[in-house]
Amino acid sequence: MGKPLPSDYKVTESRSMLLNIGPSHPAMHGVIRIVAELDGETVTSIDTEIGYLHRAFEKSCEQGHYNVALPYSDRLNYVSPLISNIGYCMSVEKLLDIETTDRCKYIRVIMSEISRVTDHLTCVGASSMELGAFTVFLYMIKAREWFWEIVEMVTGARLTISYARVGGLKADLPDGFKEKTLTAIAETRKVLKEVEGLLNTNRIFYDRMKDTGVISKEDALAYGVTGPFLRSTGVDLDARRYAPYLVYDRLDFDIPVGEHGDNLDRYYVRMEEMQQSMRIIEQALRDMPAGDVAVDLAGHPAREVAIEADKMVDEAKIGHTRGFQQSVVTADPTLEGSSGAAHKNVYSTNKLVALPKKEDTYGNIEGLMNHFKLVMHGHGIRPPKGEAYVPLEGANGELGFFVVSDGSDKPYRVRVRPPCFTIMSALHKILVGDQVADIIPSFGSVNMIAGELDR
Amino acid sequence: MTNAAASILEQLAAKFPSETSELKAERGQQWGYVAKGAVKKVLTYLKNDCDFNILMDLTCVDYLHWEEKAERFEVVYNIYSMSRNERIILRAKVAEDDAVVESAASIWPGANWFEREVWDMFGVRFTGHPNLKRLIMYEEFQGHALRKDYPYSKRQPLIGPKN
Repeated sequence: MGKPLPSDYKVTESRSMLLNIGPSHPAMHGVIRIVAELDGETVTSIDTEIGYLHRAFEKSCEQGHYNVALPYSDRLNYVSPLISNIGYCMSVEKLLDIETTDRCKYIRVIMSEISRVTDHLTCVGASSMELGAFTVFLYMIKAREWFWEIVEMVTGARLTISYARVGGLKADLPDGFKEKTLTAIAETRKVLKEVEGLLNTNRIFYDRMKDTGVISKEDALAYGVTGPFLRSTGVDLDARRYAPYLVYDRLDFDIPVGEHGDNLDRYYVRMEEMQQSMRIIEQALRDMPAGDVAVDLAGHPAREVAIEADKMVDEAKIGHTRGFQQSVVTADPTLEGSSGAAHKNVYSTNKLVALPKKEDTYGNIEGLMNHFKLVMHGHGIRPPKGEAYVPLEGANGELGFFVVSDGSDKPYRVRVRPPCFTIMSALHKILVGDQVADIIPSFGSVNMIAGELDR
Repeated sequence: MTNAAASILEQLAAKFPSETSELKAERGQQWGYVAKGAVKKVLTYLKNDCDFNILMDLTCVDYLHWEEKAERFEVVYNIYSMSRNERIILRAKVAEDDAVVESAASIWPGANWFEREVWDMFGVRFTGHPNLKRLIMYEEFQGHALRKDYPYSKRQPLIGPKN
């Protein structure tokens, strides 16, 4: 308590301070700029500026064939690329009105849920690190690594996966997938338990998360916020439940909801969603129809001859194609796709969309022509004129691809509904009124993915 | 799913026979057209009377090369109702020389950024929008990138803001 101010003391001016956070700030998860107006430590208004990672995704999709747009969709969300990949394929399949095989649907569910777990692990880990919990970050990235190893085993890549195909999947699951996934799940459960022990009763973590970044249920709905963010306010909206796609209606899972819509609830919701996702993976692994690799060989003794895919390609290039139709190709699923027998388990038999088996491409003229018609310029997949939209539950909220076809081999328009777009548009509702230091945990819980936000 | 009342398509057809058209269920979604002048009226009705509480998406399509489309743009409203578990994708035809639509930002504040993006990428303006400026591109950018007549390979120098 200092001396009282003299009676003639005049306060000349009271100004708020503008604080510029980003676009290159370590806590800004990608590139985004927040101009915060501060009154002391309190945020009185914010202006969010996005677009720093704009790569013309939607324009680029219009330039090539339907399959050319597919790898772009991996690059939308760089922590759960499989979900956007599958989402794009599902919208094009809806345009074409084709169904995928049952095994393919189960694999898509498994890979989506693996992605959801990696997404939440990244989000919770990174935002804990920003609060000083570096151990949690290391533990969670360690767990994420187990899942990314599985993703790599299945797709051949960690991030740029391009695993889904219109009409199915690039390849069936590799050997040992089930065991490895179950091990990863068991280990991740231990990690989550450890993390809960580290965070849930941690004074610093709890105080900084509790009652910060609050958004009301009404505001969240008005801004179109979905996903864990909306569920933390107590609304149990989940596309897997209200519009079940793939085989989610056959699987048993709960939708965790929060109560207060604050950072702490979002943390709890994400932690519980990981448990539910792992539950879904276990069920899907149990219920998945078996890949009947051996069935195709039964009754076709000549087919037991197996050729390696690269040898077949080399032979075919110089015209040695005799007996190819009777043989089976053994392909590396991560590079070349399924071996012939596994191909039909995960790929549609619709010749308008699905590339033929390699032994057909090189072994007979029908297969070769089918391949030609799908990959050559001016041919390719041609959905009928029209529009399709399929909502999916991305890791961050509703993800949907609005695809317009003009009947040609190029998509006329591909529009993504990015889950974090609406959350970012409601950012001022979340941050205003809080302290400057609360921007960091609140923004971390938004889990902004600049790749899909700016496209 | 427990909604016993008529589907939103029937409701709209009864309430706005002249303003809405081509209401149909196709490809797993419900689709419809709304006259440009009635956008706000119909959307307000959907929000207030039919409980369509979430504006999931708002975008635009440039049908420049489509012969059967009389108007160049279509603004697409993707609206979901939690209580009815119904979704309707409404589209409004917008002519190129009069590319102005009423803003939905007063109905769903979430429309604010969606409309800014549509303005940025397609050059369709929204009347009554609180802050209609570019969202993704910078203010000095010339043209609207997702229009079909904007060349894919066109490059522009990035001009910084004037200080």
